[in-house]
Amino acid sequence: MNHWPFVIAAYAIVLAGTGGLCVWAHAAMRRAERRADAVTSQPRQAGQSRQADQSRQAER
Amino acid sequence: MHAFANPTKFLAIARPVTPWALWGGVLLSLVGLACGLWLTPADYLQKDSVRILYVHVPAAWLGMAGWTGIAAASLMQLVWRHPLAAVAGRALAVPGAVFAALCLATGSIWGRPTWGTWWEWDGRLTSMLILFFLYLGYIALAQANADRGAGGQRVVAIFGIVGAVNIPVIRYSVVWWNTLHQGQSIGLTRTTIDASILWPLPIVVLGFTMLFTAVVLMRMRTMLADGKVEARLRRMARA
Repeated sequence: MNHWPFVIAAYAIVLAGTGGLCVWAHAAMRRAERRADAVTSQPRQAGQSRQADQSRQAER
Repeated sequence: MHAFANPTKFLAIARPVTPWALWGGVLLSLVGLACGLWLTPADYLQKDSVRILYVHVPAAWLGMAGWTGIAAASLMQLVWRHPLAAVAGRALAVPGAVFAALCLATGSIWGRPTWGTWWEWDGRLTSMLILFFLYLGYIALAQANADRGAGGQRVVAIFGIVGAVNIPVIRYSVVWWNTLHQGQSIGLTRTTIDASILWPLPIVVLGFTMLFTAVVLMRMRTMLADGKVEARLRRMARA
């Protein structure tokens, strides 16, 4: 029996699985951090209350 | 450990560590796999299929390490109420599930030429399959309890600790039961694998562990960024 097709299949599955996982995690992180930067860099709305400032402190 | 449980301190460390872990892991994994494919001899009994060792062992190690990490994070969440512990537990679940699935797939591919069967319901294979289902259950439970506050997160943490019972079952299944899966080949003090075949294994294990670390850090950063957006939107809605 030729074992190489089994070896190649095992390596291909692991490389595809690990590579896909890394690409997916990286893309999700870039998207989420870009969204967070965009939201936090928005200018504060006029009339934002002191209570909102206090709640932000609490969330930290 | 307590000092790093602060999201700001964590991010200050995670941001520079992530690319090093990712690219270091890619480099070590590829070098180790290439060495395993072309620089090691075939086994006298298993022939070339022994090379599946270099992808199967890291996948098995990380599948089990992932749940051990979930159990540790769950314990920290319940005992010390670390704000990052729940995030770490949830970040470990998807990569852990992927590596548990890769372990099952590569083990099955190895089994066909070695044992003459793709699957056997023996102790090691069945307990590993249970670990994969535990991961799926954990991911589903974490998703379902994402908006239910501390109470919902406690349920997820308890599931993480209870599921850890399966880890020693996987580890000692080849000792407790007469299984088709080979016995323990690599121990802390001795190994039954010849050095000419064994030497690339630490390289690939380290490489895949670094990739796993990079993925977990990226997942944690994603969750923290999502949390930041949600908090900001809540504040804006309140103002």
